[in-house]
Amino acid sequence: MTAGGSTTTETGSVPVSATRTYEERAFGFWIYLMSDAIIFALLFATYVVMLGNTAGGPTGRELFSLERAGAETALLLLSSTTFGFASVALAASDRPRVLQWLAVTAALGLGFLFLELDEFSGMIAQEAGPDRSGFLSAFFALVGTHGLHVSVGILWILVMMTQVLVKGLTRPVASRLVRLGLFWHFLDIIWVAIFSIVYLPGVI
Amino acid sequence: MDIFGRLTIEAFPFYSAIAATGAAVTVLGALSVIAVITYLRAWRVVLLDWVSSLDHKKIGIMYVMLALVMLMRGFIDAAMMRSQQAIASGNDGYLPADHFDQIFTSHGTIMIFFMAMPFLSGLINHIMPQQIGSRDVAFPFMNAISLWLTAAGAGLVLISLVIGKFSTAGWTGYPPYSGAEYNPGVGVDYWLWAVLIAGAGSTMSGINFLVTILKCRAPGMQLFRMPLFTWTVFVTSILMIFAFPALTVAGGLLALDRTFGMHFFTNAMGGNMMNYINLFWLWGHPEVYILILPAFGVFSEVVATFSQKRLFGYISLVLATMAIGILSFSVWLHHFFTMGSSADVNSFFGIMTTIIAVPTGVKVFDWLLTMYRGRIIFKPPMLYTIGFLVTFVIGGLSGVLLALPPVDYVMHNTTFLVAHFHNMIIPGVLFGYLAGYMFWFPKAFGFKLNEKWGTWSFWCWIIGFYLAFMPLYVLGLMGMPRRMEHYDIAAWQPHLVVAAAGAFIIFLGIICLGVQLAVSIRDRRQALDLSGDPWNGRSLEWATSSPPAPYNFATLPHVQDIDAFWDMKQRGVAHQRPGRYVDIILPKNTFIAAFIGGAGFVFGFAMVWHIWWLAIVSLVAIALAIIVRAFDDDTDTIMPATEVKELEDARFAQLAKAPRNEMADDPGFAGGSVPEGST
Amino acid sequence: MDASGLPVERSIRPYLTGLGLAFILTAIPFALVATHALTRLTTLVIIAVAAILQILVHFRFFLHIGFRSTPWENLVAMAFAAILIVFMVGGTLWIMFDLHYRMMV
Repeated sequence: MTAGGSTTTETGSVPVSATRTYEERAFGFWIYLMSDAIIFALLFATYVVMLGNTAGGPTGRELFSLERAGAETALLLLSSTTFGFASVALAASDRPRVLQWLAVTAALGLGFLFLELDEFSGMIAQEAGPDRSGFLSAFFALVGTHGLHVSVGILWILVMMTQVLVKGLTRPVASRLVRLGLFWHFLDIIWVAIFSIVYLPGVI
Repeated sequence: MDIFGRLTIEAFPFYSAIAATGAAVTVLGALSVIAVITYLRAWRVVLLDWVSSLDHKKIGIMYVMLALVMLMRGFIDAAMMRSQQAIASGNDGYLPADHFDQIFTSHGTIMIFFMAMPFLSGLINHIMPQQIGSRDVAFPFMNAISLWLTAAGAGLVLISLVIGKFSTAGWTGYPPYSGAEYNPGVGVDYWLWAVLIAGAGSTMSGINFLVTILKCRAPGMQLFRMPLFTWTVFVTSILMIFAFPALTVAGGLLALDRTFGMHFFTNAMGGNMMNYINLFWLWGHPEVYILILPAFGVFSEVVATFSQKRLFGYISLVLATMAIGILSFSVWLHHFFTMGSSADVNSFFGIMTTIIAVPTGVKVFDWLLTMYRGRIIFKPPMLYTIGFLVTFVIGGLSGVLLALPPVDYVMHNTTFLVAHFHNMIIPGVLFGYLAGYMFWFPKAFGFKLNEKWGTWSFWCWIIGFYLAFMPLYVLGLMGMPRRMEHYDIAAWQPHLVVAAAGAFIIFLGIICLGVQLAVSIRDRRQALDLSGDPWNGRSLEWATSSPPAPYNFATLPHVQDIDAFWDMKQRGVAHQRPGRYVDIILPKNTFIAAFIGGAGFVFGFAMVWHIWWLAIVSLVAIALAIIVRAFDDDTDTIMPATEVKELEDARFAQLAKAPRNEMADDPGFAGGSVPEGST
Repeated sequence: MDASGLPVERSIRPYLTGLGLAFILTAIPFALVATHALTRLTTLVIIAVAAILQILVHFRFFLHIGFRSTPWENLVAMAFAAILIVFMVGGTLWIMFDLHYRMMV
């Protein structure tokens, strides 16, 4: 057994590298996104299974608007691009541009939400709400879950804008923005699947 | 809008003596916990050191405490069912049908979601980070949220005994019976929200454990040097991450049906009820592997330690675990062979189900070969392991039988099935976690459990198990369906009486567990674990003190081989004083995680009783709590090196007092590595 | 996406490229559906192919996922999720359409 008397202590030396934490958090968030992908995949599967379950009610062809879907797609795609611009500004430590592009992204997202809520309320008003048929329940659940995620994303953008204003572009703030970026791009990918599985085939 | 939603005074169970008793027991239980804490003047400790703790070890202990409490609650359900069926031949017995249905529903729900899942989460939480040489899990705050969300779910199940009723739709909650049309009351909602809220916690735990294993291992701890328990945790966490979303969807869609009148699973208006069954079992099958794999991990550790021999076939055990993991996503239809699928579909899933038995067989042989030519020490964890090896194989065989669709057509939903899955869960899951509990108890608390009572608990459990469930195989072959509140075939009764006797012996086993704990606490100063290595262990958790310091390892170990701690002991470097100590970062305590759990409970309660304003308020509260936490960049505290040195000096002083080798007194001791620092 | 969890991309070029490619891969299926230019089956196939390609565009140009730059754990997680999605969605569709055929559900 070694003699214990020579052990020294080093107060003030913080050993664990903080960057390892950001790496862990980004990876953990990526794994969460994989689990979210499963949720969406199963909602898609449910939708496809229930395509024909219109219970004598309206079908996709009667309800979906290609123009609206196109506009929503443009808004979301643009918002992914503008978030990218925010990320570049972040890497360059350009605080005003980060805030500016985050604001544009949030605005585009809000535009998307507005169109979607307009679509939903229109459908509900014409007795084509989620309680009309299994098909419509599946539609509202799938598209609505995506919309809910977008809403959370917008809230998160606003929270991050506040953090950038209050704390500046610190490393914790930057790492949160990286995760928000993963989330936001993931939602655009889900939307590609939505217009490809729900809106386009529904209108053919 | 009514401020109390649909909650009225009629929700209180004054309508039935049995329900009132259940409510009284629950309320008295809660009050006695409060009374004991008050009597011991322990509120400061409970709140400041435990409820607000983010320490994986404390979180692990709290999970196991929840599991053991819910084991008793779920067992009471079982005892009531067994006694009812033992007497209800040609009469109605003592339990009205509505009660009986609630009881079998809560029995399954509690045992799976609130006994087995917390039990495994607790053992994993405490031990896995130590086994990989880490100071904590990757996300301590999220870890606490998982615990408190699980507790919130358990709370919903418990409060359903006091306010309202529980579901009668079985632990699987199949629609349309569980839909709003046939079950508009609160029972199914209690079940649904308890399961969804706890499920969110489990998904987060899966993410946490996976990232911890992949990113927080000590230097030299390569993946193929990790202990088997950690490997099973790794695959289990993958299953948790990818299977729980299916439950979220199944339950979420059912909730949409019940709350907003949608038509996912309704009889008419375009509902597709089979999709619920499909989605539920997409989760449900991986879930049973989530339950069993960590138990397999425990058995691997125990069998090697108490055969005093390196685990046989490490690589094959790892590969078998991985195979089980991936295959577990390919068999789920075997839970509904009889629901009308074509022969092609049934055959595919039947074949996959028979295939998945193979890797488990590989594991059984590996464990047997570990014991072969070992020097077996028959301490309680090893008894539970040997009991498992014999009994679980029987259950596996009945599973392979059921895997054949034509056979399943005869046995589905009979007591044969009930016997099969209890034959997997009790000797498999429960014995595994009881073995883990007894194996790692000294590590967690610093003193050993009484072995005499542990041995008696084992014999009661295994004898009780055989008596309680072997008759159910016979009854299933005789045609008895499951979940029967009364029956008219007198020939069934003798078997059910035997089964009830078995349940009574299991009850004695539970008493033994309780006495074991009480006696061990009373006698703890005579059974102190001074070295931290009471069983001459092989993996790194035995290198820490018992209980471990908050930081686990003052200096991270450098791993060079499988069985890292055994290797260190062999090389004579096991308990070396480091040249210097450094400051250590630890997470600060916070009440926010428990607050989120509490708000989750309130949200669930509000959704059950349709108190919409409260549901919204609690969701907003959760969001605000998360945002507040997100603004906090000061979530860690630093333990200065001087304090680390004090703790470590105390540890080395304790090591010096430890007996030469705590296993050396055992007649079966084979000799071997002596822990450093014990001369 | 690299291992650090911190922002690394310093050029807006990949985002503009991604935007352009995604726009094309969106415009084509939308135009085909709007004009009914091809048969239903062909259109569906083109929609599917365009969607898969666009998702890959998103991975490459927005998420910066690359075989060299992205840690193997992230790639394996994606591959595993993809495999499971095939099992789960494929299995669901097989089972549910088989049941629909046999049992009218």
